[in-house]
Amino acid sequence: MNAKERMKIPRQAMPEQDPKVRSRNFDEVPYGYTAELAKKEALRCLNCPRPFCVEGCPVEIDIPAFINLIADGDFVGAAKKIKEKNALPAICGRVCPQEIQCEQRCVRGKKGEPVAIGRLERFAADYERSQGEVEIPEIAGPTGKKVAIVGSGPAGLTVAGDLVKLGHDVTIFEALHKPGGVLVYGIPEFRLPKDIVASEIDYLKRMGVKIETSYVIGKTSTIDELFQEGYDAIFLGVGAGLPVFMGIPGENLNGVYSANEYLTRANLMKAYLFPEYDTPIVKGRNVAVIGGGNVAMDSARTALRLGADNVYLVYRRSEKEMPARLEEIHHAKEEGINFQLLTNPKRYIGDDKGWVVGIECLRMELGEPDESGRRRPVPIEGSEFVLDVDTVVVAIGTRANPLVQATTPGLELNKWGYIVADEETGKTSREGVFAGGDIVTGSATVILAMGAGRKAARAIHEYLMDKK
Amino acid sequence: MASKLIEKRQLSENVFQMVFEAAKIARKRRAGQFVVIRIHEQGERIPLTIADADPMRGTITIVFQRVGKTTYHLSMLEVGDEVMDIVGPMGKPTNIEKVGTVACIGGGVGVAPVYPITEAMKAAGNYVISIIGARDKGLVIMEDEMRSVSDELIVATDDGSYGFHGFVSQALEEEVIKKGKHVDQAVAIGPVPMMKAVCDTTRKYDIPTIVSLNSIMVDATGMCGACRVSVGGKTRFVCVDGPEFDGHQVDFKQLIDRQRIYLEQERLSLERYLETLRKEGRGS
Repeated sequence: MNAKERMKIPRQAMPEQDPKVRSRNFDEVPYGYTAELAKKEALRCLNCPRPFCVEGCPVEIDIPAFINLIADGDFVGAAKKIKEKNALPAICGRVCPQEIQCEQRCVRGKKGEPVAIGRLERFAADYERSQGEVEIPEIAGPTGKKVAIVGSGPAGLTVAGDLVKLGHDVTIFEALHKPGGVLVYGIPEFRLPKDIVASEIDYLKRMGVKIETSYVIGKTSTIDELFQEGYDAIFLGVGAGLPVFMGIPGENLNGVYSANEYLTRANLMKAYLFPEYDTPIVKGRNVAVIGGGNVAMDSARTALRLGADNVYLVYRRSEKEMPARLEEIHHAKEEGINFQLLTNPKRYIGDDKGWVVGIECLRMELGEPDESGRRRPVPIEGSEFVLDVDTVVVAIGTRANPLVQATTPGLELNKWGYIVADEETGKTSREGVFAGGDIVTGSATVILAMGAGRKAARAIHEYLMDKK
Repeated sequence: MASKLIEKRQLSENVFQMVFEAAKIARKRRAGQFVVIRIHEQGERIPLTIADADPMRGTITIVFQRVGKTTYHLSMLEVGDEVMDIVGPMGKPTNIEKVGTVACIGGGVGVAPVYPITEAMKAAGNYVISIIGARDKGLVIMEDEMRSVSDELIVATDDGSYGFHGFVSQALEEEVIKKGKHVDQAVAIGPVPMMKAVCDTTRKYDIPTIVSLNSIMVDATGMCGACRVSVGGKTRFVCVDGPEFDGHQVDFKQLIDRQRIYLEQERLSLERYLETLRKEGRGS
């Protein structure tokens, strides 16, 4: 097919559940491409001599190559091509912000819509998995070097996959009872089914990665003890920590959650299946979610699925400034989330039993740009009004978790408590200790954590091979 | 990681003592710390204070009262059974130093977490006056253990069926403070109303008082904030900032409210569980 014909093919939509139906179940929203749709979409790729899309990918996937394989109908081959660079394609195909990475750089986006790279990645990974046990890649002979990875989120899993392939003896230590980090406790089932995470982790295990769950570094063992036990290098990918609250009155009322708690109960602990599962969650009828990021969207859509009549999304700026992905905002709106934009909570109102019954809010207007470059929201005097709610989920970010840092002398931290690590190598101030992901950058995305993991893995490999 | 139950003892009608294999935790734990237990795949995560540990044997001891489904389920385990996960030791250890005379006060099942602190306070060279209490004589637990690590031991029962007639807070005031014994520090662990009552008493006499809070937790690693509590007007996380705080600064009213968030669901869950036991002919 020539370029002109390829140019004529429109971007293929991905079939998904009807908003009315899906807003009451936890099943995944999109069904994914069929083989036919995938091939058609793959034909839209022009095979640019200099593929800008690859430059936009934090883990440098050979995008045109895998798309070509899909166009040729070699779907398993496409999955293998992706896995040369990315051990977790079914996850990335679902949760990467492609619109600001690979797809943003796609030439087809200049006049029209970019190739749906994320959907194709997801298709290839899902297809391979549907064909039975996924074949594992070739593993180099043992190097005799032991690596400990702290945290089994996207950063840790990437480092583990890269290093085990190179022949190192890799053990992941995970504080929670299930591996996956934010992929299992944070991102909801309807956006990232947990059996997909489990099978990607199983793939790493079959490559030889060992995982110790319910093992808290900083408590059960310290970094220094890991070195004493014979680990040659350690990667810290412990992720985000303490939830941030605004510091306004009433935040400790019953029914006021951090997004971390709300989502952990719903996702990791499966509270939406209570009482089949033992962990309860407050199933509010009128729920307000505070914030405008992906976590806020996930919380709002979770509240809806838990049976809420009204879910408000309270955000202090306008929709344009929302940090959430467009797709998430679009899905949330489709499902009927009520956006209260340019609105900020002033205080939470409680009843005599300590339960939240309302939020006093202020309307805002946008003033001059602030240090983030976005226009600063300014309260409109006298604009107070009360939103009647019985549940609130505060999704305005997290701070650094202190557990590892508190027991690791000599580990340099920045003023917010995040670990100082070299951007290119993940090297910290302690010899043999590397770090990446949210514990270095603060709250970011799955793929950025994976990108940091990729770089750190490279540096750890060099460090191990140079040592002695 | 999974952990095997190797000893089980019923201390009173609803209070159980269990010894689990947990070598790493046994080696690391210090007085005041806790573990999080999840019994089975569908289980919730609950925090329980480590009452004792044997690093040589690689075991930890927990003492708990069955109140809801999870603690009831735990109480039904038999020696040789496993729980799916035990993780720890979590929380900050008690700050143990020689201050002079320390009053170690435990109410109900709270005697269990007070025990390791009492032992450590005594070992640090303090003169230890312990007060343990319960509703009635049958509910007093760990009396011999507490006696063995205290210079003086007072037992109090609400109904007067054993020892001092009244609450532990009253025993502290009547039997210790008013008898002219100077107390440099108090440690109080038990039901929230009991800790509050002790703090109200010690505040009058300017006795610094540590309390250990048992708020609801999920991950217990500082990630979720379920356990938050107001201390001195500031929000603190019991799991990573505690579990021990200055009792005179704690907002007990809020703590009580927050412990009741899931009352309705907890009742439902327990009823369902007891119904299953009845069907299996295993009720107790």
